[in-house]
This record gives sequence, structure tokens and C-alpha cells, in this order.
Amino acid sequence: DWKSNLLTSTQFFNSGHTNNWAVLVCTSRFWFNYRHVANVLSVYRSVKRLGIPDSHIVLMLADDMACNHRNPKPATVFSHKNMELNVYGDDVEVDYRGYEVTVENFLRVLTGRLPPSTPRSKRLLSDDRSNILIYLTGHGGNGFLKFQDSEEISNVELADAFEQMWQKRRYNELLFIIDTCQGASMYERFYSPNIMALASSQVGEDSLSHQPDLAIGVHLMDRYTFYLLEFLEDIHPASQANMNDLFKVCPKSQCVSTPGHRTDLFLRDPRSVLITDFFGSVRKVEITREAVNLTSAAEQPSEPLSYVDQLPVAEIIHQKPKQKDWHPPDGFILGLWTLILLVFFKTYGIKHLKHIF
Amino acid sequence: MAAVGVFALAALVLSCKCDSVEKPSDATGAGTGSEAERSGPAAASAGSEAPGGGAGAAVSLPDSCEEELLIRPLHSGDIYASFQFRTLWDTDFLHQGKKVSHYRLFPKSLGQVLSKFSVRELHISFTQGYWRTMQWGQPIVPSPPGAELWVWFHNTVADVDGNWKELTNVLSGIFCASLNFIDSTNTVQPSASFKPLGLGNATDHRFLRYATLPREIVCTENLTPWKKLLPCGSKAGLAVLMKSEKLFHSSFHSQAVHIRPVCKDWQCSSTAWELRQTLNVVFDLYTSGQGKKEWSLFKMFSRTLTEACPLASSSKVYVDVTDNPEGELFDLSPATSVLNTAVVLGDRRTYSVYDLTQKETFGQLRSLNLVLRWKGESGDMLRPLLHAERYVAGFGLQTGEIHTLIYNNHPYRAFPVLLLDSVPWYLRLYIHTLTVTSKTRENKPSYIHYQPSKDRLRPHLLEMLVQLPPHSVTEVTVQFERALLKWTEYTPDPNHGFYVGSSVISALVPSVVAMDTNNTQERPLFSSFFPTKEESSYFVRVYTEPLLVNLPTPDFSMPYNVICLTCTVVAVGYGSFYNLLTRTFQVEEPSQPLAKRLANVIRRIRGVPLL
Repeated sequence: DWKSNLLTSTQFFNSGHTNNWAVLVCTSRFWFNYRHVANVLSVYRSVKRLGIPDSHIVLMLADDMACNHRNPKPATVFSHKNMELNVYGDDVEVDYRGYEVTVENFLRVLTGRLPPSTPRSKRLLSDDRSNILIYLTGHGGNGFLKFQDSEEISNVELADAFEQMWQKRRYNELLFIIDTCQGASMYERFYSPNIMALASSQVGEDSLSHQPDLAIGVHLMDRYTFYLLEFLEDIHPASQANMNDLFKVCPKSQCVSTPGHRTDLFLRDPRSVLITDFFGSVRKVEITREAVNLTSAAEQPSEPLSYVDQLPVAEIIHQKPKQKDWHPPDGFILGLWTLILLVFFKTYGIKHLKHIF
Repeated sequence: MAAVGVFALAALVLSCKCDSVEKPSDATGAGTGSEAERSGPAAASAGSEAPGGGAGAAVSLPDSCEEELLIRPLHSGDIYASFQFRTLWDTDFLHQGKKVSHYRLFPKSLGQVLSKFSVRELHISFTQGYWRTMQWGQPIVPSPPGAELWVWFHNTVADVDGNWKELTNVLSGIFCASLNFIDSTNTVQPSASFKPLGLGNATDHRFLRYATLPREIVCTENLTPWKKLLPCGSKAGLAVLMKSEKLFHSSFHSQAVHIRPVCKDWQCSSTAWELRQTLNVVFDLYTSGQGKKEWSLFKMFSRTLTEACPLASSSKVYVDVTDNPEGELFDLSPATSVLNTAVVLGDRRTYSVYDLTQKETFGQLRSLNLVLRWKGESGDMLRPLLHAERYVAGFGLQTGEIHTLIYNNHPYRAFPVLLLDSVPWYLRLYIHTLTVTSKTRENKPSYIHYQPSKDRLRPHLLEMLVQLPPHSVTEVTVQFERALLKWTEYTPDPNHGFYVGSSVISALVPSVVAMDTNNTQERPLFSSFFPTKEESSYFVRVYTEPLLVNLPTPDFSMPYNVICLTCTVVAVGYGSFYNLLTRTFQVEEPSQPLAKRLANVIRRIRGVPLL
């Protein structure tokens, strides 16, 4: 009985990683960049559906589209025309939102150098057996990605951040997907092992958006992520699809741009890497045979209490305003001047008085 | 073997909130209220019993929860729904000796926050939209637009500011909101407002912190963790009505969490901790109601009620029928004979009550869908006694003036109000221009507390106790100057403007009907939010609009920078080219060495030609 349990557990830990994390970032602000938020939310939906829990997902949305006042259907973000699929849903947890999505915060999340008071949901608590999926979308160019229309992250910075992660043993394998214009330039500079990268367009090409919705008034999704979502909808947690299928997503006929990928840093053969290694989740279960005894708390008596007066007018009027800054004691300046004058007249005599008055 | 199986079962079951909480309730119902027998076999055997619904049975449990929904039709045709969920727990978070470690109905995330940061009272609210007092009357639970957080710490805390900073970060993780932007530049320490709403006698305002983020957006990602704090989650009871697509498509949406110590029973000999979660929403007649004056639960929430939360000791729906005594204004179906009166906000109101713990409420279809169908036209609304407005006057990007108007609509009674204003440091207030006028005469406040701002460190704080004469408008004006920020301090969208948080007006308004100060009988939750100490007046808090001011913003846009660069390049290029074309060169004699100059001088003297 327990022997069969042991056998399946060794099989379980064969695949090199024991937990999955996802860092999904949308870097664009303003209503007309609705499609970037829809991109990230559709990857978020797929990743949650395939098993990664909210506690292992760091979701960063630079602007709020769902409850934006220009959204004709509040609390929804659609990915398909005619409002077929609401990728925002009812159970979403955004960790970094609005002005918090900055290059600094993104790099801090990746490298783990966050201030001590940062809550757990905002941290990437990965270890050396974690497979991490990193998805970035927004506006980009040759060698950079724009954050919130005011700052950029360069491909060199990103490569260095991944090297820091490798040296701190913060990942086992990393899948990097980017959907921006000239996205392939962002993975050119990677030099750490075990990274596989996909981009929606090559250097010199623009990634195009898919379809506008006339009721909402903006483009709803980008082409690459639209076809990626279609592909992922067919994947279920036990699926055996591998990375080669992912590389075939969105050929030039559908995407207009040429998606690219990079596998030279990856140690395993992409054919043997399952999609669910990154998009799904492995959860470790510990079986224990020990029972825990819980004890109850005892009661404590005390004297009768009462509620506080909400607006005690008399008390407020007689309240002395608190003086925070230190002031010298009263009469200090006067005394100081008297001392100065006394010393002056003592030294030079009273006859100089007529020069003063 | 059985223990292994049970623990595996327990591990699987714990992932589903609704099912797991049924088992402990059965175990405590069977036991004597002590949790000593909460081991595996007890849970497995209790699971086979039928769920008791008997959380309020003869055994007194340390914690209990109640839920209620109040529906009030408004005169403008809109409808106001207010949910309140209260969990009462007889424990002591701040007891120094033992830590609280077993949580049943009270959420563990909040309990740990309370004990770690020694919090005595915590009030946090997230609001989308502005409450229109003149059209809707007074809200049950007031809240300003954006996020508001005020906390009373226990008087044993040594470093209040450090605790405050960590508390805001932890809460930003719990509620998925950017509360980590609360720092010393928007935190104030009011000296007379925001007295504790819970039990206690120590009111040293050093332990109070108040902050507001008017820019904070509220969306489903804030509602999701809020719903997870409820004992039944969003799976049973009144919380099934909370669907975000309908809740956020409204004129006003506010969700709040209030934690405070209260009297455990009417003798008030010991304290219990109360967690109140409130959600107020106003559905608009035209956007949600399609213009027809007919409201139902299905139309408002796209759901109907099918059962009460099994963990709740009371689960009720109240519909305000005060304006409809004979049924001439609107039809309420399904009809109910249970009527309850309560004194709420100084007025005696009548409510039709639907008790969800009774099976008969749900009728044949086993679902409750309240329908209100209007028959006649409603008259004018009674004007609310206290009302406030605020706006910015002036022109240009240098100076301006903030005007706050406070209306006292009582025909013959005057009452004092406490005005709290917290203005960010980049609007430099000129306090010498502060004027308070009522009925065109100057009105001197009986108490003023002003704390000037420090650039980039703390905001302005102005608190005034003003006596409002009856049937009058009081105007408070103060002039300000706008500061120029450093270019790194601008947000990515600086042309949107910068927000100034709402002013808070706290007042004891004289009430029409005697308020109920007796705490012995059962009162609906919505009437017991603010503690009443005297019969002739009730406490009310009114929030004004937040202000949006434009600061002088440099032109961050790309064309400006490109023009500068191009002009420089053109100037340098053209200048060089011009020089090249028009410059002429003349040969100049180099200056002669010293020896030759001396020789020339001697030669001039001699009259001989020079070298």
C-alpha cells in the first residue's frame, strides 16, 4: 500500500521541477492599449485553468481597463469580438497595478530584492526547482520595452536580471514569451542557461493587433496572443503537447509578423518539454501520519466598559493644540538681547548710549 | 491507515471553502464548545451527521456571524442595496500572553494582522463613485471615493509610524490594492475627528492614523479577496448575489471592512471583536434599470437567493417600506407580514423583513426573488439635514482657491460640525486667507488645529469645529498656490491632474425621533453601526467630493524634445556653414621676438630703416 505510494512519488519528481510560477506583465497605460491587458489576462486565465494557483502568479497590470469609465461593460475585459469571452472573470487577483508597474518593481520581483514589508502575494518566491513562465506585452522597439509610456527596460537589463536569478538559483527552467513590436530583440542578449524564449515578431517587424470591437471601440487582442490563447484552450492538465507545437503557433499567414524562438540556452530538447511544464502546475503533497491535538482558550473577566463619545464638543474646544516643534523658553530672546546690551555698555561705558538712541 | 486517508481527505476538502466549514460547526455543536476534540476521527464521524444549522443552538459558541441585506428604493428611481456581514468573536487579539491560533469564522489573515501590529480598530473602505446626498439621502455607512484607511493602534505600541507602514503594505497584499502608496505624504493624525467607534476609554490621538487615496480604482480584483473573508465565501447566503459585472455597473459601489472591539452582551462586562463587512451599491434607473421603475433581485444582481449561509445565526433581507404604508406607491412581492421598525439616521423607518433561515420564505420555487413594482409617483424627498460640497475656484496654473460649502437644512436647530481637511503638500495653502462665513457674516470656529505641510514629507492638516446656524450655508475658503514638482515626481499621466482627498465632516445632527440608546434588544445591523450615546442626536459623517487640480506640468512629450534637439543641430550646422561662406581670412604679421623689437627701437633712435 505505502510501497505503491512511494513508487508513484518517485515518478512524480522525475521531471526536474517541483513547483511552477508565472510572472505576467502588461506594461501599457491608457484606454487605447486595452489589447495589452486583454493579452495578459488571457494568459492568466489559461495558466490558472491549467493549475497554477494565484499565490504562485505575480500579475502586473499597468492600467485598469475593466473598471475604466470608458468601458461600456464594466468589470469585463473581452478577447473576442462580439464579447464572447470575458477574460477578466470573477476571480482575478492583481498583485501590481497602476503606478506600481515600473521597471524597478519588475526587476525587484525577478531578482527578489524587495523591501522587507512586501506582502507574500507580491513576491516571486521561487527556488532552484521552480519552472517560471514570464510573459511580457506592451509597446517595444529594437532592444527595449516601454513601461507606462515613461520609462524603458532594455534587453541587456533583462538578460542581467535573468543571470542574477540563475546565480541565486531562483529558477530551474525559464520560459520567456514576449508579444511586442520587434520582440525578438529582447531575447538576443540572454546568456544564462535553461532559458527558452519566444517572441511575436522579429527585429524590424511590428506585431499587429487582431480585431477591433465596434461597441468597445478599441482593438481587443494582439494577433500572436490571440492564436496562442486558441492553442492553449486545447491544452488540458494531462496534455502531452510539447514545445515544438508552441513554436508553430501563429505562422506568418495568420500573424503577418514572423514569430521567433530561441532554444540554444535550453539544456533539454524542446521536443521533450511539455507545455504543462510551464503553463501547468505541479503541487507537492506531503502525507503525514501524525495527529495534532488542539487546545482551547480560557475566558478572562474584566470591568464594565463603554463606547467613546464621537463628537465631544466641550472636550474638543478645550483641547490644547500640540506643539511638535521645540521653541526656546519664553523671554529667551529678550533676555539674550539684554545680556548683549549689558556686556556692551560694561565694556565700552555708558557714553556710547547716545549712539544707540 | 484511516488517519492517512482522513488527512488526505482533509487536505482535499480544505481547498473547497464551503464544505470544510460545515464539519467544524458540527463538531462544536456536538461538543461543549471547547475545540479539544478537533482531531481526525472526530471530523470524519461528524461529517456523516446532517449539518445542524444549529450554530445558534443551546451551546454558546465563541463566535457567531450574521448577515443582512437592506434594500431602500430612492426617490430618484434608483435603488440602494446595502449588505452587512458581521462576525462576532469572543477573544482577545491583544492579550500579551497567549497568541490566538484557532480561527473558525473570523478570517485568519485579518486576525494575524491585528495581533502582529497591535491594532485596536481598523476601518478600510474602497469606493467607486460619489455619494449624492441631495438625491439619495444619507448612506448607512459613509465612505469617500477611492480608498480610505484609518487605524487606532493599541496604546502599548512604541513605534506607531513603523507599524502603520508595515500595516499598509500587508493590507495592500490582502486586498490587491496599491495601499503601499500610503506614506508620510498622505497620512495625517487627526486631533479631534475619527474617535474610536469601538469600546475603550483611552483616546490619545497619537495612536490614530488616517490616510486616503482618492485615485484608487476599485474593481473585481478587490472584490475577490473581500468575498474570501466571508465565512461562507460567495457560495451560500447573501453573498451569492455579489456578481462583479452587475455590482460595478452602478452609480456607486463601496466595500468596506470594519474591525473594532464591542460589548459582548448588553451588560458590557467583556469585549468581543467585531468584524463588519459592508457593501453598498446604488443601481441607476437608466443604466441598470433600463428606464423602467421596476426593480427585482434578479434585475439588480442577476441572481436570486436560494438559501441562507448555514454558518450564520441570522440572515435577513429588509426592504424599506416607510413611504409605502398602504401599498399605494409600489407593490412588493412576495408579500410578507413581518414588519420591523427601527430608528435609522434619526428617522423611524418601517421595514418588511424576509428571514432566510425559514424555509417558507423561499416558497414553492425554492428561490426568493423580491420584486418592487412602482404604481404611483413618489413625492419630493425630505432634504437631508447636513450636506456638503467642495470645489476649486480660480484660473491658471499658479494659484487657486478651495471652497467648501456646508449646508445646514434644519429649520431651527444649530449644531456643531467638525471639518477635517487634508491637502497634499504641493498645494501650498495660505492659511492667513482662511475665512469661514455663514449667512454672509463671519463665523469664528471654536477650535482650530492646523498643521502646516513640509515639502515631500507631510500634508496640510486643518481641523475646525464650526457651529452651523440653522437653515444656512457655511462657506470655508482658503487660497493656495501650486508647486512645481521635480520631473521624476510626476506620474506617467501627469496631465490627468492630481487628486486632493475628500474633506470629512463629522457632526451630531439633531434627530426627528428619539434615538435608541438601549443596547439590550436585538437591532438590525444597519442601525447599530455608529454607537448612540444620547437620544436627541445621531452621529453622521459626510464626505465631500475629492478635487482634481492640474499642476504646472512640463511638456514630457517626444516632439518637444525632438524639436529642441533638431534646432540645436540646425543651429550648429547652419552656423558653421554660414561662417564657412562668409568668413574672410586676413594674414596677420606675427609679433616679433624681443631681440628684434629692441633692435628696432635702437634703429629708430639712430634713424636707420627698421628690420
